[in-house]
Amino acid sequence: MLVSVSLFAQQTPAPPQTTDFTIEGATAHLGNGEVIKNSLIMFSKGKITFVGKAETKIGRIGKVIDAKGKHVYPGFIAANSTSGLVEVDAVRASNDKQETGTYLPHIRSLIAYNTESKVTESLRPNGVLMGQITPRGGIISGTSSVVQFDAWNWEDATMRTDDGIHMNWPSKISFGRWWAGEEKGPKSNKNYKTTIDEVRTMMNDSKSYLKGNKSPKNLVLESLKGLFDGSQTFYVHVGGEKEILDAIAFCEELGIDNLVIVHGGDAHKVADVLAAKKIPVLIDRAHRLPSSSDEDIHFPFKHAKMLVDKGVVVGIGIEGQMERMNSRNLPFYAGTYAAYGLDKEEALKMITSNTAKILGVDDKVGTLEVGKDATLFISEGDALDMRTNILTDAFIQGRKISLESHQTKLWKRYSNKYKNQ
Amino acid sequence: MKKLLLSCLLLFLVNQLNAQDYFPVNEGIKTSNEKHTAFTNATIHISPTQTIENGTLLIQNQKVVSSGKNVSIPKNTTIIDLKGKHIYPSFIDMYTNFGIAKTKRNSSTSRRPQYDASRNGYYWNDHIMPDQRGFDDFNFDKAKAKELVSAGFGVVGTHQQDGIMRGTGMVVALNKNDGDEIRVLNTDATQHISFSKSVASRQAYPNSTMGSMALLRQVYHDAKWYAAGNSKTSDLALETLNNLKNLPIIFEANSLDNDLRGSKIAKEFGLKYIIKGGGNEYNGLNEIVKTGANYIIPIKFQKPFDVSDPHMAAQVELEDMRAWNQSSSNPAMLEKKGVNFALTTSDLKSAKSFKSNLMTAIKYGLSKEKAFEALTTIPAKLLGMSSKIGTLNNGSYANFLITSGEIFDKKTKVYENWVQGNKNTLIDMNVKDIRGDYNLKVAGKSYDLKISGDIGKIKSELMLDSVKIASNLSQSNGWVNLFYTPLNEKKTEFVRLTAALSNSNNINGTGVLTNGNKTSWSAIKKVKEEKKEEKKDTKKDGKALEKKSPVVMPLTYPNVAYGFKTKPQQETVLFRNATIWTNESEGILENTDVLVKNGKISKVGKNLNASGAKVVDATGKHITAGIIDEHSHIATTSVNEAGHNSTAEVTIEDVVDADDVDIYRNLAGGVTTIQVLHGSANPIGGRSALLKLKWGESADELLYKNRPKFIKFALGENVKQSNWGDNNTVRFPQTRMGVEQVYMDYFQRAKEYDTKKKSGKPYRKDIEMEVLAEILNKERFITCHSYVQSEINMLMKVAERFDFNINTFTHILEGYKVADKMKEHGVGGSTFSDWWAYKFEVNDAIPYNGAIMHNQGITVAFNSDDAEMSRRLNQEAAKAVKYGGVSEEEALKFVTLNPAKLLHIDDKVGSIKVGKDADIVLWDGHPLSVYTKAERTMIEGVTYFDKDTNNQNIKDIQKERSELINMMLQEKNKGMKTVPPKKKEKVYFHCDSLENR
Repeated sequence: MLVSVSLFAQQTPAPPQTTDFTIEGATAHLGNGEVIKNSLIMFSKGKITFVGKAETKIGRIGKVIDAKGKHVYPGFIAANSTSGLVEVDAVRASNDKQETGTYLPHIRSLIAYNTESKVTESLRPNGVLMGQITPRGGIISGTSSVVQFDAWNWEDATMRTDDGIHMNWPSKISFGRWWAGEEKGPKSNKNYKTTIDEVRTMMNDSKSYLKGNKSPKNLVLESLKGLFDGSQTFYVHVGGEKEILDAIAFCEELGIDNLVIVHGGDAHKVADVLAAKKIPVLIDRAHRLPSSSDEDIHFPFKHAKMLVDKGVVVGIGIEGQMERMNSRNLPFYAGTYAAYGLDKEEALKMITSNTAKILGVDDKVGTLEVGKDATLFISEGDALDMRTNILTDAFIQGRKISLESHQTKLWKRYSNKYKNQ
Repeated sequence: MKKLLLSCLLLFLVNQLNAQDYFPVNEGIKTSNEKHTAFTNATIHISPTQTIENGTLLIQNQKVVSSGKNVSIPKNTTIIDLKGKHIYPSFIDMYTNFGIAKTKRNSSTSRRPQYDASRNGYYWNDHIMPDQRGFDDFNFDKAKAKELVSAGFGVVGTHQQDGIMRGTGMVVALNKNDGDEIRVLNTDATQHISFSKSVASRQAYPNSTMGSMALLRQVYHDAKWYAAGNSKTSDLALETLNNLKNLPIIFEANSLDNDLRGSKIAKEFGLKYIIKGGGNEYNGLNEIVKTGANYIIPIKFQKPFDVSDPHMAAQVELEDMRAWNQSSSNPAMLEKKGVNFALTTSDLKSAKSFKSNLMTAIKYGLSKEKAFEALTTIPAKLLGMSSKIGTLNNGSYANFLITSGEIFDKKTKVYENWVQGNKNTLIDMNVKDIRGDYNLKVAGKSYDLKISGDIGKIKSELMLDSVKIASNLSQSNGWVNLFYTPLNEKKTEFVRLTAALSNSNNINGTGVLTNGNKTSWSAIKKVKEEKKEEKKDTKKDGKALEKKSPVVMPLTYPNVAYGFKTKPQQETVLFRNATIWTNESEGILENTDVLVKNGKISKVGKNLNASGAKVVDATGKHITAGIIDEHSHIATTSVNEAGHNSTAEVTIEDVVDADDVDIYRNLAGGVTTIQVLHGSANPIGGRSALLKLKWGESADELLYKNRPKFIKFALGENVKQSNWGDNNTVRFPQTRMGVEQVYMDYFQRAKEYDTKKKSGKPYRKDIEMEVLAEILNKERFITCHSYVQSEINMLMKVAERFDFNINTFTHILEGYKVADKMKEHGVGGSTFSDWWAYKFEVNDAIPYNGAIMHNQGITVAFNSDDAEMSRRLNQEAAKAVKYGGVSEEEALKFVTLNPAKLLHIDDKVGSIKVGKDADIVLWDGHPLSVYTKAERTMIEGVTYFDKDTNNQNIKDIQKERSELINMMLQEKNKGMKTVPPKKKEKVYFHCDSLENR
C-alpha cells in the first residue's frame, strides 16, 4: 500500500457530500443517553435523514455500510481546547495560544486557528471531530469559536463563530512566589476583590457604552456585547467553592445569563446550586492527579458522577498537560468517568450532547438525530475504551473524511520498509 | 538601667585580674588576683549522674578547684551562701554560628551558568572548603552571647554554615569579660559538612542532593589518593582535609532523609558523623537507630496552623498537621529508642524560646535526666572536651547555673549563669519578693496597691476608691521607689515615694508630695489576698496536669496520608476461579486458581486446595503479574544532576523517597516495580534505583535485592539544552555532533582507567570512571533516553566500537525508523504509547512505534515517565492493540514481562509462574479495559493495596484531619500563636525536571 506522502499538510479536506450513506446494523449511541441496537442511520447532503431500527422497512439510500457488530457515535467535541493554536509545545514560533495583556475580550481565537495542524488531524481517527478553540492567559483571555476538523481554512471550519468569552476567575488563595523572595505556601489573595472589581467596572462600562452612540468606537467594550444580549456565553475558568459562588453572583448582578463554569474543581461542593440555576460545568479530564496528598486518590475519576448525580449538566474540557496531543484521548477520559460510577451513555453525553448544549451547537451536532449534521463515526467497538476504539469510517457534515494522518503515513511507510526487506 | 550598669561595673572589677601575664601594662600597675570563690550549702549537680546535697563548690579564676561535702576553703576565699539553691553545669550548644557572620551571596548578575571553580590552588569544586575556618571569621557577639547566657548556655560550638565541606568549627565560652585568649577553648574543634552548596560560588555542580553525595565521596577518595603522595599538583583543600582527620565531623542533615543519607556515606568511608537532625526523626525511628550515629537535635516545634478559614485549612495536608501534633515528641521518641543526642538552639530564631520549647519536649515525654545530659555531658563528650566542660568536676571550667530549684521545673528561676568564673546575673537572687496586695497609706489617704509581675520586673497597680491611678514602681538594690499622679490634680505632678526594704512584710518609707512637702508612708500587706493567690496557683497546677498528657496522633507507615497503621504482613492466599494472564506459554487461563505462599507464586491450576490459605473468590476477575514501569520519576527527591555533562557518579538510590504518596497511587493502578531513572539533563546521566513499591517500608527496603545495575543516558534536545533558554549555551555539547564526542571521550578514558586499574599500578579512584568501566565490562546496563533515529543509530555504533551493547532505548520515539538496526544490535525499546508534539524532536513520534518495533522482534515496553500515567499503564498497553494491532496478550506484556526482561528481573517477576515472586494484581475486569480497576495489589505475598482498605483510608483521613483541625482551633482560642496554613507544593518530576533547592 503506497501512499502519496505530503508530510507537512493535513489530509486534504473531503468534498461536500454528494453520495448518500446508510449505516446498517450497528449499535447506535445517540449521544442523548439512548442506544439503538441493530440500528439504521441514513444521511444525505450533510444532514441526518433517518435514525431508527434496522428492522424498519424503509428504503436504504446511497452507499450502504454494513456495520453489524460495530458502534456508531456522534462526533466527539473537545471543549476548552487550543488545538490549531499551537503546533509543537516547545517551539515558540508555533505558539499562538496566549496574547499579551490582561483584559482581552476582543481577542479572537478563530483567526489563528490552523486548519492544517498535524496534531489536530491526529484526533480524528479517535472520533474527536470538533473542538472549541479557546485562547489562554490574562484575566479575560478572549473569545473562542467552535470548529469542525475538516476544513481548508477557518471560515470553512467554523460552526459557531465567537461562541463565548473566557475569563480566568482569580483564586482567593495565592501562593507565595518563592522565586521573588516571598514565603512559600498559600495565603489569602489580597488582589482578589480588586481584580473582580476591575472586571466589573469594565462590564459596566461596556453596558453604558453600548447604550450610547458608541463613538469613539471602543473595540474592547464593544466586544462584550454578546454577554449582555445573550448571544454569547461567559466561560468562567474557576476552581474553588467560594469562587464559583462569587462568579455566579457576579453574573447575576451584571445580567449575564449564559454562564458556564470551566474546570470547577470544587463544583461538587456547590452542585445543588449549579443544578438549581442550570449552570453547566466543563470539568477537567479524568486523567489527572489528585490536588493534594490527602485527597481520595480516585477523586479525579469520580468527579463527573458527583456532579451528574446532583443533576448538573457536565461536559469535559481538554485543558491540561500536553493538551493538544492528548485531545485524542478525550473518549477515554469519558470512559474513565464511566469506570468510576457514571453510566456509559451518561459519560458519552459529556463529550457529545452536553458539550454541544454548553457550546451552543446542539442544533447542529451532539446527537444522532434527524436534521442534525451528519458528523459521526463508526467504531469496531466501544469508543470510550482504548481497547476497542478503532474507527472504520468517519463523517463530518456528511463528508467522508480520511482517517489517515501524518502518523499513519509514517506507520505505513516504515511497515512497508520492513516488509520489503 | 542603673542596675545593669552597676552589675557591669562589678563584673569589670572581678575581671581585671585576667590580663595575660607576659603582656606589658601601660595603664596603671600590673596586678594579679588569685582569690577563690566558694558557693556553700547548695545542692550541687556535678553531672547528670552525680549530685551533692548541701555541698560546696570552690572556684578560682576560670575553673572549678573542687566540689563536694568537705571542701577545704583557703583563706583568700569569698563565700557565697546558696542555702536552698541548686548549682548545675551551664549548657553547651555545639551547633551554632555564634559570632560568625553569614557568608555573602555571590552578587554576580550573570545568568550564564558557571561550570568551573573560582578558586585557584584548591579543589576543583568551590563548594568543597575544608580550609575554611570559623575562627578566621569570628567576632565575639555580645548581644547574642547575652541571649545564650540568659538561656543557660556557657559554651557553644560555632562554625561557618556555608558550603558542602565547611571547614572547621571552634568552641568558645560565652565569656564577655575576657578576651579570645581565654574564652576560645579550641580554634579548630570540629569539621563541618552538609549537602548544601556555598552561596558564595555560582559553580553549577552539584545541583542535586545526589550530586552533593557523590561529590563528598569523590573528595574522600581524592584525599586518600592525595595523602599517598600521588598527586602531581598541590591542592590546599585536600591537604587541609587530610590534616583535619582526627576532628569529629558534624554533618548538617536538617531532615530525616538526609540523616540517613549522611550516615550512609559515613559508613562507606569508615567515618562517624555527628548528625545535626531536622526534628522529624520520629518519622523513621528504626532507621535512625540503625545508623548508630550521634545526633544533634533541634527543638524547634511547628506552631499550630491558623485553620479558622476552612478554605485555607483545606490547603494544609495531613502530613503537615501531624508534624505540628507529633514533632514535639521527637526528643522523647529518640530517647525511648536509645538514640544518643545533644540538643541545640539551632533553627530557633532566638535562644529566648529555647526554655519553653524544652519544657514542651519534656511535657511530651523527654526525661529531665536526658534533657540535662543532652545539654551538658553529651555535647561535651562529642566535642572531646569532657574533662573541661559539661560537668563541675575538678579542673572543669567554672561554667554553672545557680537556680532556685530543680532546673527543668517550670517554677524554677535561674538566678545566675557563671561562665569561666564570671558572674552573669539573670535574676537578682537577693531581691526580696514584694509581690502582693497592699494597703498604701500616704498623707491620710488609703490606696489599694497591687504589686505583680516577674521578680526584677515588677509592676504596680494603684487604686483609690476603685479608681485606677497611673503609677510606676521599681525595685533595686534593696530599695523600692513608687511615683504616681494623685487624682483630681490637674497638673501632671507626682507624688514620689521611696523606702528601704526590711525583713518585715510591710514597707515603710518617706517621700515628697506634689506640693514639695516631705511625708512618710506605709504599705501594709494584705494577708487574705495571699491565700487567693495560692488558690490560683493550685488552679494553674491543675491545668498543667491536664496538659501533661497531650494527645499525639499515632504514627503510620509511612507517616503520611494513606500510611499503614500496622505494617502489612505476608499471607498465604488462594485466588479462586480467575482469568489468569500468565505471560507464559500457557497463555490466558480461564477459571483457574493461583496460590500465593511465602511470598511466591506457589501453584497455578484448577481446583487447588491449600489449608490455612485465605480464599479469595475471583470469579469474573482477572489476575496479571504486577505492572512494571521501566521509566519512572516518582519516589525520589532528585531527578537530575545537571551540573556536568556526565554524572555517572550520582545514583538515584541515594535519594529514594519512600513517603511519596505516588507510590500508593501507583499501587492502586497495579504497579509493583519501577525503575526510577535519572533525568535527561546530560548525555551520561546517573544510576537508577530499581524499586518494589513496598509502601510503608524504608527507602532501603524498597530497593530490589540483588538488583542488576543500570544507568541513564540521554540524547537530543535535553542534553544539548535546546529548551533551557538562551543563557544555556556554554556547556558542551550543544549539538548532536557534540553528543557523540562526549561518549567517545568518556568511554575512551574509562577504558584507559580500567586498564590502569587492572594493571595494579596506583590510580586515582574516580567514581565516574568506575561506573563507566562497569559498562565496558558488561556489568552495568544503559537505558538511554532517545528520540530521533540519527542519534539512536549513533549510540549503537559508539557502543559497538567499545564492544558492548546498549540495553534499552527509553522513549525511543523514532525507534520504528531503525527497528531493524536495533534488532541487530540487540537493544530493547521502552516507549510511550502515544505521546508526541511536545517538542520539535517528537514531530515524527507515532503511536504505532511500539507495534512496529514489536513486529521486528524487539522487546518492547510502554513506560510512563509520569506520575499520572503510571497509575493506568494497563490502559496504555491497550493502546498497542488500538495502534498497530498487537494482540491483547502481547500488549499486556508491554507493561509486565517485557519491562521485566529489559530490567533483567524476568527470572523473578513479570509473569504468573510458579516460583516467581507473588507480585500480582487482581483486576475487577479485563486488564486492558478503561473500565477495569485494580482491586488488590500484592508484592511478594504482601497486600499493599486493597480496595476496601482504601475506602477505609479515605474515611480515616477525613476523620483525623477534622480532629487535628479542632485541636488547632482550640490552641488558637487559648491564645497560642498560630502560623498561616502551608501547603507542600508537590513536585512531579519528569525527565527534564531540576531539583528546586
